Amino acid sequence: MSSTSAIIVTELNHWFGQGEARKQAIFDVNLKIKTGSLTVLMGPSGSGKTTVLTLMGCLRDIQNGQVELLGYKLFDSSQHDKDSIRRRLGFIFQAHNLHASLSATENVLMGLQVHGAGRIAQQTKAAVHILDLLGLGDRTDYLPENLSGGQKQRVAIARALVANPQIVFADEPTAALDKESGISVVKMLKTLGSSRGTTTVMVTHDNRILDMADRIIVLEDGRVVSDTLKTE
Amino acid sequence: MNSTLRKLLGRLPLGWLQLSYNRTRLFSAIAGVTFANVLVFVQLGILGALNGSSIAPYTLFNADILVSASDSNTLSDGGNIARQFMFESSSVPGVKKGTALYIGQMEWQQSESASATLQVFGINPLSSDFTTPALAPLMHLLIDENRAVIDRRTRGIDSNVFNTVSRTDALAMEFNGVTVSAVGLLDVGSGFTADGTMMVSDQTFLRLFRHRQSGAPDHILLHIDEGVSVDVVVNRLRSVLPGATVKVNSYSDAIEADLNFQTTERPTGIIFGFGVMIGIVVGVIIVYQVLATDVTSHLKEYATFKAMGYPHTFFIGVVFEEALILAVLGFVPALVIATLIYIGLGSATGLPIEMSIVRAVLVFLGTLAACSISGAIATSRLASADPADLF
Repeated sequence: MSSTSAIIVTELNHWFGQGEARKQAIFDVNLKIKTGSLTVLMGPSGSGKTTVLTLMGCLRDIQNGQVELLGYKLFDSSQHDKDSIRRRLGFIFQAHNLHASLSATENVLMGLQVHGAGRIAQQTKAAVHILDLLGLGDRTDYLPENLSGGQKQRVAIARALVANPQIVFADEPTAALDKESGISVVKMLKTLGSSRGTTTVMVTHDNRILDMADRIIVLEDGRVVSDTLKTE
Repeated sequence: MNSTLRKLLGRLPLGWLQLSYNRTRLFSAIAGVTFANVLVFVQLGILGALNGSSIAPYTLFNADILVSASDSNTLSDGGNIARQFMFESSSVPGVKKGTALYIGQMEWQQSESASATLQVFGINPLSSDFTTPALAPLMHLLIDENRAVIDRRTRGIDSNVFNTVSRTDALAMEFNGVTVSAVGLLDVGSGFTADGTMMVSDQTFLRLFRHRQSGAPDHILLHIDEGVSVDVVVNRLRSVLPGATVKVNSYSDAIEADLNFQTTERPTGIIFGFGVMIGIVVGVIIVYQVLATDVTSHLKEYATFKAMGYPHTFFIGVVFEEALILAVLGFVPALVIATLIYIGLGSATGLPIEMSIVRAVLVFLGTLAACSISGAIATSRLASADPADLF
C-alpha cells in the first residue's frame, strides 16, 4: 500500500438550505486517506457520512474548505474538470441505478465508454470478463428487470470497477448481497487496493466489512468523532 | 438497427435502446410524427396543386412581358385593359410586337350528366408565336369561325369524348346557343376555379362572350427585340404607360407575383399555408412530449452517468439521437401514406397533386429540424439530473 494520500480533506464545512432555513451539516472535517486503503465511514442516520462521501466524490460543490482528490483541488473547479476527475473514480450506489433498457453487459460498457468510444469488441470482452468474475457470466445479456437484487448490485459493482478506477466510493455496496457475495466483493476491493492501489471509501453498517477495513471513521452530527486505523 | 447505430455512432446507441425498450411509447411517438408529416404533406400537396394549377395556363403562352390592369393579381382576375396600350407599347423601343389576350369562363354541358367549367382563352390565331411550340401548330385551325382547341384533361368529362378529336372529326360543343367545334387538343388539366381550358380565336371569343369588347382585352402579351434586356423594356413601358391603370411585368415576374398572391393573399393559400404550420407545430409538440417524458423517466440513470463523468454534451447527443431516430422512423411511413393520399386526391379531383423528390426532401429536412427543436427544448430537463441526489 502506498503512503501517499489519494484524498485530502481540509477544514471542510457544508450547509444545506437558504436564508433562515440554512443549516450546517458538516463541521471542520479534516482527513487524509491513503492510496490503496479501504476506509469505512460510519455513523447514525443524519450524521453527515453520505454528505462527506459526495463532497469527496466530486458529486457536490465544495462550499467551504478544500478537498484534494488525486492531487486535484475540487473547490471552485470547472464542470469540465469535474467530469475529468469523475472518470478516474468508481461509484457504487445503494440503489444500483442500472439503466433499465441496457443489458448487464451494456450497463458495464457504459463504465468503459465514458473514457472514449471505439474498440467496442474489446470493451465488450472486458465487460463480460468482469461480469464473469462477479458470478454473472450466464446473465450478461439479461436486462435489469430479469435480474435479482443481488445480481443487479453485482452488475453495478462491475460497472464501477471495469475501468480500473483510482478511487471507489461506495454507499452500502453489500446491502443487497448475501453473506458470501458481500465478502467476495469486499475482498475484490481489497485486492484491487493492494495490487493496483485502488482506494476505497465506503459507507456501511455491515460488520463483516468492518473486519476487513483499514480504517474506520465515525461521524456524528457532521463531525468526525472517531478515526481508527486498524492496521496500526 | 442496434448494430448499425453502434457502428455509426462508435458507441452504444443509448437513445435507440431507450426508445425501443418501451415499444408502446415508441410506436405512439412514430405514429405521432407520421401523422404530423402526413398533415404537412397533404397541405403542401394541395398548396402545390393550387400553385401548379395557377401556373398551368401561363404555360400555354410564350411572351416576354405581360401588361395587365393595375388591379389584376392573377391571370384571371382584375379588370380589363384598353387595347390602345398594345399599340402604345409597340412604339416603345425594344418592343417587337404585341397581342391581346381575352379570358373568360363558360359552362359546358357536354351531356345530361356531364358538365364542366372551362377557362376560355381568346387570342389572335395569327399570333401563333405567342403560344407554346406545342400549341402553335394548332393555332391556324382557329382562324375559321367558332373553332376551338379543348383540354383533353377536362375534369368531369369522360376522356373517351376527346379520343377522336381532330380537324376532320370535330367535337361539337354548345355554349349559349353558339356551336363551337373542337378541332384539336391541349393539355392543361383542372384547377381550383375551372375544370379545363379551351383556346379560341379572339373573334370566336367575342362571339361567345357577347358582353366583351375587342377593345378591352384582359392582358396584353409582348415580345421584345432580340438582345434587349426585359427589365430595361419593362422600365421603359412603365414610364410610358399610366401606372394608375396599367401594370407591367416581365412574364416570369408576373407568374411569380401570381403565385405569391395565391399563396399569401388568397384565403385558400393562407389556409393551406396555415395547415402546414399546424402540422409542424403538432409534430414539434408530439416529439417534445415523447423526449421530455423520456428524459424525465431516465433522470436517475442520467445522474448516474453524470457521476461516472459523462459530460452534458453526451446527454444532449442522446436526446438528439432519439429526435433524429423518431424523425426518420416517422417520415418513412408518412411518405408512403402521403403518396397514396396524393394518388387518391389526384384521381378524385383531377388536381395536379404529385409527390416530388424536392417536396419529400424538404419535408424530411423540415422533420429533422422540427425534431431537433423538440430535442433542444427537451434537453432543458437534463439539468434536473443531479448526481448528488443518488446517495
